Amino acid sequence: MANIWVIFKRELASYFMTPIAYVFIVIFVFLSGIFAFYMGNFFARGQADLEPFFGFHPWLYLFLIPALAMRLWAEERKTGTIELLLTLPISIPQAVVAKYLAAWVFSGIALAFTFPIWWTVNFLGDPDNGVIVASYVGSMLMAGAFLAIGACVSSLTKNQVIAFVITAVVCLIFVLSGYPLVLDFFSGWAPQFLVETISSFSFLSHFNAIAKGVIDLRDFVYFVSLIAFWLFANAVLIELKKAD
Amino acid sequence: MGPVAAATARDTFDDRPEGQAGRYSEWLRARRDLKKRYQSLYCALRERCDIAEHGGAKRRRRSTDLRCWITRCACTGIPGENENVEPKVEIRHLSKRFGQITAVDDVSFCVGRGEVLGFLGPNGAGKSTTMKMITGFLAPDSGSVIVGGDDIALAPVAVKARIGYLPEGAPLYADMTPLAFLNFVAEIRGFRGEAKRARIEQTVQRVNLEEVLNQPIATLSKGFKRRVGLAQAIFHDPEVLILDEPTDGLDPNQKHEVRALIRSMAQAKVIILSTHILEEVEAVCTRAIIIARGKVVCDSTPAELEARSRLHNAITLAVKGDGAHEAAQSLRDLSGVEAVEALGHIDGIARYQIYPKAGELLAATVSQVARERGWEIVQLTVERGRLDEVFRAVTTGESASSEGGM
Repeated sequence: MANIWVIFKRELASYFMTPIAYVFIVIFVFLSGIFAFYMGNFFARGQADLEPFFGFHPWLYLFLIPALAMRLWAEERKTGTIELLLTLPISIPQAVVAKYLAAWVFSGIALAFTFPIWWTVNFLGDPDNGVIVASYVGSMLMAGAFLAIGACVSSLTKNQVIAFVITAVVCLIFVLSGYPLVLDFFSGWAPQFLVETISSFSFLSHFNAIAKGVIDLRDFVYFVSLIAFWLFANAVLIELKKAD
Repeated sequence: MGPVAAATARDTFDDRPEGQAGRYSEWLRARRDLKKRYQSLYCALRERCDIAEHGGAKRRRRSTDLRCWITRCACTGIPGENENVEPKVEIRHLSKRFGQITAVDDVSFCVGRGEVLGFLGPNGAGKSTTMKMITGFLAPDSGSVIVGGDDIALAPVAVKARIGYLPEGAPLYADMTPLAFLNFVAEIRGFRGEAKRARIEQTVQRVNLEEVLNQPIATLSKGFKRRVGLAQAIFHDPEVLILDEPTDGLDPNQKHEVRALIRSMAQAKVIILSTHILEEVEAVCTRAIIIARGKVVCDSTPAELEARSRLHNAITLAVKGDGAHEAAQSLRDLSGVEAVEALGHIDGIARYQIYPKAGELLAATVSQVARERGWEIVQLTVERGRLDEVFRAVTTGESASSEGGM
């Protein structure tokens, strides 16, 4: 536990030692605002809620989170620091969890900087703040799932661009798995239960369920088990391929 | 021979009458004699190993096992006296393949405290791969690594806590400052609060990092980066220090500093360093292992390595005066001279290289002859032997010399 905390601190600090943190936060806040106000017709809807704001989060995360996750292991591989890190007296799961948590907390910080929009909607009307809190929780969980996928993919390569592209594609599949685009690919030949299973893997349906203000245990378990699975795969891959 | 002797030693101690003060001096004397006997036994066994290494694979395997046993005896004093003290690092039949290529092929050796082991070999011989397996970064295909009594495959974290490691090229987190980086290493190594601050200060002093403590590592010169890497490796005062090419790419002054640092820590630690700079072996190592194509081809002291050279104890003579140009024949006639090579003459000074027969020392005879013939000696040097020559010979599979002992 102490080791996780030490690595976590180093990782989180490393975001702020480079321009990554500032670029990421500014772009994230700016884009989420743009999307909400222009494409989501925030004002024209005439409703005091943040649905247009949160509705765009899956798409925003689709290219911002892979950018955050791509460096997690690929950079360590590229610079050779992975050899330094993994010959320190720590276990691989500790390193995996600590790095992941640092990235997740960082994305949480970026999300927290969107507070002006919450303040705006409270200033203009009388929104259901419970729904907004639930939406923030859902957004965090979804970011965590994206990040876990990104961390795992990043551990496979030295090349951050490859990590970015593959993560984005895998995440896209997860986002779209409830849509015909993905389902049609399976429905022709796969049994019905498999198609339904794939459909139930969609980020969108789980996120939208939470964003409606109901944190259902099933949605929660979905995201948490997804994160656990990808982190487990991450640890296994690092163990097998750390020196390649 | 060995095990029998070990048994005798234990018997002697077991027979020692308990609690009889009068017999104590007698026992002490017996113990001293035994130690002396083991000393010579130890030397004899090493010689045996050297001979056995010229045999087949099976004999070689046996000889490495024997070597391990010998090292253990040397580390613990008399076998049976203190069996708990193992050699610090024990490598047993380590192998690693990458696809079709066998990078490390059945490597075994033991290193005890106080030894500085130089790991030599051409590029791609398997030095770094072996070191990565010792530090637990790479899992071997077969064989085991035991550090301080623990197998790294079974207790990786405990073993890693005992090891300080400088990976090849000294990779570092370039965004961090040396201070932040050492702070991170300190906390991972379990230092907190005042102990941490004191240890950082001590380590920084040791490697002379004071002036760059707050600059990002990315902006530092190569020498400073290497020092940060070394600071990280020696930070927790590890029992075992593993340095992969610690002086690679440094200027001569920096090399000197790093070597001085290594020498200053040699007494209390096991140090394994890889290099392809042969002078470094002479400068810091007490033992040298040469590895080629993944196999250990030579395991001895730097002095023994030099003795394998054809030039070992050869004499370089430069003389002038009457008949100096025709000196070759009269030198050749001396007893103990194997061969004489004329190196040419410039400005009336004739130069010769005189190779002795095995075990002969020629300096006195040669200078006497020179005086008798009335040559004026300009230079007379006894060569120690050249490591690069031996290195080339053992790594390319040629014979180093016709004589030379091994």
